[in-house]
Amino acid sequence: MSVFKKIMTALRGGAREAGEAIVDANGIRIFEQEIKDAENHMSKAKHELTNVMAKQMQAGRELERIKASITEHENYAGQALEKGDESLALEVADKVAKMDQDAAEQQSAYDNYASHADRLKELVRKSERIIKDHQRQLAMIKTTESVQKATAAITDSFASTNSKITNAKSSLDRIKAKQASFDDRLKASEELDDELTDKSLDLKLKEAGIGQQSATGQSVLDRIKAKQAK
Amino acid sequence: MNMQDLAIRFSDTSSYDGFTFDVQLIPGEVEVLQVVVGEFEELPVYVSITDSQLLCIVYLWTEAEVDPKTRVEMLETMLEVNIPMPLSSFSKIGEHYAVFGAMSLNSSFDEIVHEVAVLAENSVDAITAMEGFLV
Repeated sequence: MSVFKKIMTALRGGAREAGEAIVDANGIRIFEQEIKDAENHMSKAKHELTNVMAKQMQAGRELERIKASITEHENYAGQALEKGDESLALEVADKVAKMDQDAAEQQSAYDNYASHADRLKELVRKSERIIKDHQRQLAMIKTTESVQKATAAITDSFASTNSKITNAKSSLDRIKAKQASFDDRLKASEELDDELTDKSLDLKLKEAGIGQQSATGQSVLDRIKAKQAK
Repeated sequence: MNMQDLAIRFSDTSSYDGFTFDVQLIPGEVEVLQVVVGEFEELPVYVSITDSQLLCIVYLWTEAEVDPKTRVEMLETMLEVNIPMPLSSFSKIGEHYAVFGAMSLNSSFDEIVHEVAVLAENSVDAITAMEGFLV
């Protein structure tokens, strides 16, 4: 089943209440059961695979042993012939013939195990794919539902605290107003800083006798005297 | 990281990139953490955790606020700016238009804080840019 399409259909379904299930609880249970079944299959297949691979290795070892024995006995038969003991050579040759048959049987067992192992490996890979795909789709359903439930919780919380979700434009206006007022305060405090710095500078200059000095009786008298002198 | 841990970590974060955080857990069928970033009190970021991801959502405006005359144009614009918008995407949940960021459950707290801060800024930018489509 394509969950994407299912979610789309459910969401586009018009009069859907937020929080309503996309796939009913039973559907999700079935889906989760399918995942569990696939996991069971996979674990069985893996278990069988290890058995088959062990048997394959055993058959391989047995095959090597028989082949070595065949070579060995062929040598014995050759040696018997060299010694002119035809009947002994024939006896050994009979044994080799029997071993050839055993080797053929082991070879066919080995081939069977190998192809069985290949089939099981393919089955495990397929099961893994199915499980991953199912899990991804289940996550999609659960995320969709979780988001809707979260939205419902948020809307409920706003309703219960009597604070309504304000509309976007007024929210923006308020944020901008706050930012502007922050900017204004920043500017004001900067200006204030400037003024204070100016004042303290004036004060320092005055103390150093530089710049405009405040009038004293003496300075006024000096000014009058200067005028009369002209 | 579960919701309680996240709430505590946010509360302990006095400042990130000049932002302060005010958090509140909202009870419900799905637990949601409301995070107010700095002065963006009107546009809280809602954090929820699902089986597969951590979701941060800001609700922008509702269908009722959309000017029906330019609705299609607005939707196209939202699709077009979806990729340029850093770390967030537009979405719609029921009647609510939203911006959201989806994160791995293995995200570090620093990554989550960064996401939340960027999302709050994106939401203000988005409304500023889309204001003309709203009534």
